[in-house]
Formats: sequence, structure tokens, C-alpha cells
Amino acid sequence: MEKRKFDVAIIGAGGAGMRAALQLSTAGCNVAVLTKVFPTRSHTVAAQGGITAALGNVTEDDWLWHMYDTVKGSDYLGDQDAIEYMCRMGPQVVYEMEHFGLPFSRLQNGKIYQRPFGGQSRNFGGDQATRTCAAADRTGHAVLHTLYQKNIQAKTHFFVEYMAIDLVRDGEGRVLGVIALDMEKGEPLLVEARATLLATGGAGRIFHASTNAFINTGDGLGMASRSGIPLEDMEFWQFHPTGVAGAGILISEGVRGEGGYLVNSAGERFMERYAPHAKDLAGRDVVARAIAIEIHEGRGCGKNRDHVLLKLDHIGREVILDKLPGIREIAMKFAHVDPLDSPIPVVPTAHYMMGGIPTHYRGQVVVPAKTGPEEAVQGLYAIGECACVSVHGANRLGGNSLLDLLVFGRAAADHIVEYLKENPTSPPVPKGGLDLALSRLARWERPDGEERVADIYRDMQKIMQSHCGVFRRAEVLEEGLQKLLEVRQRLDRAAISDHSRVFNTARIEALELDNLMEVAFATIRSAIERTESRGAHARDDHPERDDENWLKHTLAYSDGTIDYKPVRLKPLSVPSFPPKTRTY
Amino acid sequence: MRFSIYRFDPDADANPYMKDYDVELEAGDKMLLDALILIKAQDDSLSLRKSCREGVCGSDAMNINGRNGLACITPLSALKEPIELLPLPGLPVIRDLVVDMEPFFRQYRSIRPYLINNDPPPETERLQSPEERAELDGLYECILCACCTTACPSFWWNPDKFVGPAGLLQAWRFISDSRDQATSERLDDLEDPYRLFRCHSIMNCVDVCPKELNPTEAIGKIKAMMVRRKI
Repeated sequence: MEKRKFDVAIIGAGGAGMRAALQLSTAGCNVAVLTKVFPTRSHTVAAQGGITAALGNVTEDDWLWHMYDTVKGSDYLGDQDAIEYMCRMGPQVVYEMEHFGLPFSRLQNGKIYQRPFGGQSRNFGGDQATRTCAAADRTGHAVLHTLYQKNIQAKTHFFVEYMAIDLVRDGEGRVLGVIALDMEKGEPLLVEARATLLATGGAGRIFHASTNAFINTGDGLGMASRSGIPLEDMEFWQFHPTGVAGAGILISEGVRGEGGYLVNSAGERFMERYAPHAKDLAGRDVVARAIAIEIHEGRGCGKNRDHVLLKLDHIGREVILDKLPGIREIAMKFAHVDPLDSPIPVVPTAHYMMGGIPTHYRGQVVVPAKTGPEEAVQGLYAIGECACVSVHGANRLGGNSLLDLLVFGRAAADHIVEYLKENPTSPPVPKGGLDLALSRLARWERPDGEERVADIYRDMQKIMQSHCGVFRRAEVLEEGLQKLLEVRQRLDRAAISDHSRVFNTARIEALELDNLMEVAFATIRSAIERTESRGAHARDDHPERDDENWLKHTLAYSDGTIDYKPVRLKPLSVPSFPPKTRTY
Repeated sequence: MRFSIYRFDPDADANPYMKDYDVELEAGDKMLLDALILIKAQDDSLSLRKSCREGVCGSDAMNINGRNGLACITPLSALKEPIELLPLPGLPVIRDLVVDMEPFFRQYRSIRPYLINNDPPPETERLQSPEERAELDGLYECILCACCTTACPSFWWNPDKFVGPAGLLQAWRFISDSRDQATSERLDDLEDPYRLFRCHSIMNCVDVCPKELNPTEAIGKIKAMMVRRKI
């Protein structure tokens, strides 16, 4: 097998992976970025509304207020050391992106434009803040392209269209690199690295209706899980309040930030009932549940009464054309309405995975230790949506995901630089270290089977959609788990008909499905166990938050075992924000 | 609906061929990519790239009934049957609808597509007025799908020498940026019989751009700036 050796292997070229790559290349490290799609195809490109950071360009602001909002938004499940670090670093990483050339929209005084977003307040729960830095409604596109451009300048080494298959670990658990599939040639490649950084993004494709790209298949989570690392807080999935009804395409929270609001079939601005203070800019979990209730109680719109309407014509032609041009384009193409004069039909849609691979706030993957609470996996890091650091806890605030990518991409890279100094040599790859990856590749060489990948893929998505959605209850979840077990048995009997080596996308999709299965099982098993409602995890049969028993993180292992670890309530330098009732 | 799709697997086929597919599908408000996913569920050996399915990532560019476009934002109702799908023209085919994009990206990288500013960065943001920022509208939104460049006869003839409309649009994006200090070097780099001046304003690029950008106009502005700096 072909072999390459680098200081660092980064898996994934989205915002997090490329921010880390830039930091490492600039520090003089020899970095390889492996990505299954060309870097600017990564899903960061689809982020719209902006990056939240307390610049205070529009109204007075303080990173500590941002921290308070994030802790509250997380329904107190977020780790406060990581949240402090992220909010404190926010302004710096945004200014850096501006210096890198990101085309932010501008205020009259030439500073970066900021807009209000959900869950933002001034002075610890006071008036609405204006904290989200935007490049019109294409902020993710601007972030991703700017980072790719700076990596071209930094001469980062990209392996484009290489899909990572599995981690390589030695007997002591150290991660020695990764096996990847060269998609064009169909050959495996061993990339040895002293540090491996997973930045593979989300896994929203476990759901049938999702705002996520086709590539969001939880590849890093599958790799970590198969190598024995637990997945943290996988029951917490964000359903974005405003996906285009029927199509699932994201409509930015920035629409409501600019003054848009939701109405039901009676034309009522119903969020006034659910969140009297913040209204349409309450936490996403709160707004998504309100919409689900309106629809469930018969106040949905359209002939099937299956969606609500997002009204924005009143904010004016100029604002829509200048600040929301991409939204208008999406509404016209996918909902066949022009928001200049008609509201957009929307419905809560699976959007973001709060859980992921457990890490500390400098990006190292951490697992329960035999002695002491937890220990770092040597040589392994994770950042961005695939990681659970945990800054989003039970519910992420809008604009905090792009911030997460930039802050922890940079932080993990800085930690890796130190780690490389302390670990100048790499241990040899042990005999058998490649077996897992090679057997997964060989498995899809099987000539025939009675099941087809596309059918199993769709059935898994439908199960997750109907058994693990916005509202959950024990018997529905249990039934979902049973169905999922049956589907996985069918996967064992499946085969693909394409056996070409060259750009075999049938094989890629089958390998992706393995990863999605790991994520789906971790999600539904974690959801069954958590008998409380917190953030995005809403249990009809346990409607209250239960801090006495459940102020803890879930850890779900591939073998079905569930474990827990405490929430880090102690920040790095400021007083803790103790849990209290969460209202908007 | 009936489709005729270009197929070629270098592992198995001596020559490319067109394969017909029939799909039970109401065009309704569905997109071409929806149909391709149904076709791939029937025949998993069809290779294509896809990612965001909303027209922002640029993965699924192809030649659709003779015209370059993105499958995910091309409504089926607008297409005449049989719908003929070919890989993007002017680039080597890897397999089926998947082309080797490297000649396209090489030209993109050649224009130094990053902000060049050698002043020490300030502690906060560099200031830029809304009017200066508005100069970047219609330029920064490019998704690098290659629809424009692979529709350009000048690029077909000189893919190794002519930057092509997408690369030139980005060259103008950085020249136009009030924060960029490399205008003169950027113009020097393009002052060449091929890199810029192979553009003959055929305007296929403008015609096909799925984001409704205008590379020809950007190229015209670069040419005008070159003339201005000479006099």
C-alpha cells in the first residue's frame, strides 16, 4: 500500500479543518489535509447568517454577556471552561478573518456589520443584543473561500477526493494516522502522522429531512466510534425552525434577526405566546417546538396544514436585496415565492449535531480513564461539528457554529504545535493496525447481496425522522431502536453492483452509510436513556429538566454501552453561571 | 421522464457511450438532481458529484441539454425530453459525469486568489466603507463550479495559458478590494497575450453562470484599468 508521512493529518477541509491547517502551515508544520470533496464544497459553505462575537460595533457588548447567553442557550449542559474560551476569543478570530480578506458587510463607519440573532442579550438577559458578524447572508461561503484562499498562499498540502476510512492506532491507544481511499484511483493510502485532527463536520443525513449536504455523513464520528472512542451527547440534535417546507433548504435565522417573523394559519405572530420577551429570536429549540405545536394543533398553513409562514416583506426591499439576497434566491428557486411580497413556507428541519467526539477546549480527544476522570487520546484531536467540546450543550445558538470552527480550529492547531515538540518521533504502525480499514474496504467488493444500499439508507433516515424527531417519548424511541437493529442486519446482507476502481461513488455511499449507522445508534440509544427534557431533547413523557439526575454528559459506545461524565460548570477565570430556569 | 446520460468507466469501457434511463417522476417542482438520485438508486454505477443540493457548493455542474448548469437548481419542468446529460466540456473525463477539475483550479490558483496587504494588521478590523464593500458584490459570490470557464471556447483552446472567466472574475475581485495592495503586480501578471487577452467577449460565461455573475464585465474592467495605467 502507498504510504505518506506528515507531521499532521487533518481530515476534512471545512471551516474548522482549514482554519487549523492555516495555523499549522503558518507555524511551519508539514500538514496534509484529506478531504472527500474539493475544499470549497464543504458544508461550511452553506452557513448563512453569520459569526457571533462581541465586537460591540452596533450596540455596547461584552464577551461575558455572550458567554452568559451561550451557557443559558445550552440549557446549562455546555462546559463553561470551553464556553468562556470561545466567547473570549471571539473578537480576535473574527478580526483575523477580516485581515485574511473575508468580505464582511460593513456599517456606515466602515466597521464589520452585525445583526441581532436568537438567544442574544445584553447585560445577562436584558435587551436584545446585536452580535452576529455577517457577509450578507453568505457568511459561510465567505469564511470557507477565504480560508481556502489563505491556505493556497500558505502552500498547505491538500489530498482532494480522498475519503478517510479508519484511524490507525497502536496497542497503547496512540493514534498513528489514518487510512484513506483515493477516490479517483480506488486505491487505499496510509497517511502516517504524529497528530491526526478530525474535522469531518456533521451527520445530519441520519434524518430524512435535513438542511445538511449529502456529504454530512459523520465520517469522523464513525471512525472514532469504531476505534473504541465514545460519542458524547448524541441525543441533542438541533431542528432549525426555518427549513423550506418540502425541500429542507435552510432559511437563515438572520431573516428573523433583520425583523422577519413567523405566522400561523390565522395570521397570528404566535411566538409572542411562547416567548413573550424574545419572541421570534428565542432559542432555536424553543422556536422549533412552538412551530411543531402550532402544526400539531391544526394551525399550520397550506392545504395540508403542514408548515408555517416566515413573513419578511415588511422589512423592506432594500434590506432584503442588500442583506438577504441568498435567501431571496433560495425562496424563489425552492419555494417559488418572492419574499419581497410573499412569505416563505417553513418547517423545523434537522440541522446541527450538538454532540460529537469528546474533546477538551484545546481540541484533544478525551475519554474516560482507568484512573482519574478522563485522559487524552495521544495523537488525536477533533474540532468543529464532529467534536463535542462542549460549547453548545443541549442547544446551539445561531452564529456560534462558525465561531466554534474558527476558535477551536486555531486552538487545536496551537496545541498540536506543542504536542509535536514533545513527541518528536512517531511509533511504528503495528502489525494488524490496518486490518479494520482494509476489511471495511474489502467488504464492499462482495459480488452480490439481496439488499441495496440506497434502500437501507432511506429506511434508516425515515426511522430516525419518525422516531427521534422534535418531540420524543420512550415507546416511540424503543420501537425506533428495534427497527434500526433490523435495518442494520439488512446492511450485513447488502452489496453494491459497481465494482469499478475509478471514482466509485456507490462504494463511497456504502462506506458513508456505515458511519451514519454509528451515529444513528448512538443518537437513539442516548435519547432513550435521558429521561428529562433539556434543550433540543424534548421528552413528552419527561417534560421537565432534571438537574439533580441529568446535569451530565452522555457517552455512547459503539457496543451499545452508555456512560456519563460531569458537566464542567467551572469556567477558566470568571464565576460560574449556575443552572436556573430558562425562559425567553 | 426520459434521460440520455454520458457513460464512461475507464476500468471497463473502451469508449464512452450514451445510456438511456426512464424514471417515473412528476416534474412538479423537482430539480434535475432529484431525478439523478432516483436514477442512481436504480443503477448505482452512475458516477456524479453532489453535495449541498442548493446551488452554493458548485459540485454538480454538468452539461444539460447542451448548456452548462448545476443539476441541483435546474428545474426538471424547464427541460425538454429526452434530457441529455454530458460531463462539463473541455476538461478530461474521469468517469461518467465526473471531470478532472485540476486545469480549472490551476488557473484559479494562478491569479493569487487571496488578499495581499503587507501593512501590520490593526488590533481590530481594517475599515472599509459600505460603498467600497459594494465593489465586491457580484464577484465574491463565485462558487467555482466551472460552468463559465468550461463554456468558453478560448479556454477549450488554451486551458494551460488562458486564465478563463472564473479565474479572471476572482482577479478582479481582489483588484477591486480597497484592502488589497497588489493591484499593479496583479495587472502585470495578466498583461500577457494569453492569460487575459484570449477573452474575445463571446459571453458564454455570462449566459451560463448559475449565480448570475458577469465575468465578461469584470474582464472588461481589468482591460480598461490596464489601458488607463499606460496613459
